[in-house]
Amino acid sequence: MITVQNLTKRYGPHPAVDDVSFQCEPGTVTGFLGPNGAGKSTTMRMICGLTAPTAGRATVSGHAYRELPNPGREVGVLLDASAQHAGRTGREALTLSAYTMGLDRREVAAKLDLVGLNAVAAKRRVRAYSLGMRQRLGLAQALLGDPRVLILDEPANGLDPEGIFWMRGLLRDFADRGGTVLLSSHLLREVEAVADRLVVIGGGRIVAQGNKDELLAGGGTLVRARDGAALRRALDAAGLTAADSPDGLLVQADAEAVGQAAADAGVALAELRPADGGGLEQLFLTLTAGESTKEAVR
Amino acid sequence: MTTTTAPAAGAVAPRQHAPVRRPSLLRLTAVELRKLVDTRAGRWLLITIGLITAVIVTLQLIYARDAEQTFVNFFTPSLLPIGVLLPVLGILSITSEWSQRTALTTYALVPRRERVVVAKLIAVVLTSLASVLASLAVAAAGTLVASATGGAGTWQIDASLILNAVILQVTGVLMGAAFGLLLLNPPLAIVGYLLLPTLWGVLGEVVRPLRGPSEWLDTSKTMEPLFSSDAVTGEQWGRMAVSLLVWMVLPLAAGLVRTLRREVS
Repeated sequence: MITVQNLTKRYGPHPAVDDVSFQCEPGTVTGFLGPNGAGKSTTMRMICGLTAPTAGRATVSGHAYRELPNPGREVGVLLDASAQHAGRTGREALTLSAYTMGLDRREVAAKLDLVGLNAVAAKRRVRAYSLGMRQRLGLAQALLGDPRVLILDEPANGLDPEGIFWMRGLLRDFADRGGTVLLSSHLLREVEAVADRLVVIGGGRIVAQGNKDELLAGGGTLVRARDGAALRRALDAAGLTAADSPDGLLVQADAEAVGQAAADAGVALAELRPADGGGLEQLFLTLTAGESTKEAVR
Repeated sequence: MTTTTAPAAGAVAPRQHAPVRRPSLLRLTAVELRKLVDTRAGRWLLITIGLITAVIVTLQLIYARDAEQTFVNFFTPSLLPIGVLLPVLGILSITSEWSQRTALTTYALVPRRERVVVAKLIAVVLTSLASVLASLAVAAAGTLVASATGGAGTWQIDASLILNAVILQVTGVLMGAAFGLLLLNPPLAIVGYLLLPTLWGVLGEVVRPLRGPSEWLDTSKTMEPLFSSDAVTGEQWGRMAVSLLVWMVLPLAAGLVRTLRREVS
């Protein structure tokens, strides 16, 4: 469980994070979405006690991060896969963490194995690791203390498609067993595939949050007919707003209402489907496009 | 790229574990000691220190007059090079967390940063104590060889000399750590540590009005009595204390505040 309440961070007059509130429940994966510089990393650092908030507070499992007696056993954190000592081996990096948390040395081998870093890779210095391998090492570090909460900043970065698929399964499994996952990304597809809930941030403010399905349902319906003009008249008659799109007309209503309107007017449809058009991607672009759209959404 | 494995069932299950205790200071100190030697930089720094000590004793065995080949004469010269290099270890222990960005992991696991800093200080102090033991051991080996090869091989040493050596090395490494804490950047801290007191010493020589204060503030001058076998006088202790207050205690305090407040990213 992660609770973020009115978290704000100002650097000088510029607010990097502005009055951000959301909650991550056990058993769910929350996707934290936003373009670069939107305030995702700053928010996550504030949750983890690494950056002091200007205002507001955040708790993990009911405690402020700094009050957690042994945070690694409660929260697994991966904020930057590159933040490893280049001169240490992967195994050594994990051994230091395991010893700090008071874990059995065997956990190191188990977690290296889990993330797919074999014995050869574990003995190499992190300097020689690819970004993908660093992400795996970082994930092993986050999972090391068998935490109940995971906070991961752009964990898919640098992973190959197979690795992304693997990580998706891992996080889903973790949440299905009662874990709480907060994962940030600007890779929308990645989040769409694994998240239950979405928190979208732009310019330091939350512009949308809710269940993934609810948010995606706002995408509308795509409809196309041979006689485009007749279709538009039919929709107008039914009181449905339609907008032109390259694939046909985009209607802010569900497929049933659109189909009924067309049938009532006797218009033959060539296509009728939920507008995916990158689903989340479109939502995401709209929500973070500019100040005016942001105001419209709020 | 390495091979991927499907997550084994239950392997990432969030377990309910017994209430966890926070890591003890002893544990944190052990971790920091390990960090001193688990990178090439740290290991070679320690090896270099050992080699220099051994080389100094060997050179003395070859070139020093027989009568001067005593335990004290083997012991004292090794203090200076170690005294220069050990503080660098102290600096790196603190600053590499920031330059290598491991602070992100370290302080996520131990959000009470002051505990990490204290553990680091204990670790470097233990290392400096070990260095005095190493100096004694090498000096003893030198003395044994000397007595076998016709040197004086005298074992006599004042306990105060050993105590002085301990003070010298411990304050030196803490001074380094203090500069590291304050500047949080390896090259800056190393240059600052090596240069500032020396610069101050030069200024004290050249600028006449500074000569008085420099008697109290130039650590190379105030610490000098520690090398001699004469007893250190009360005034000398006083000057040492004042110079250490300025070069060790103040940077430690200011550096601790800065480290606690700094944003880790």
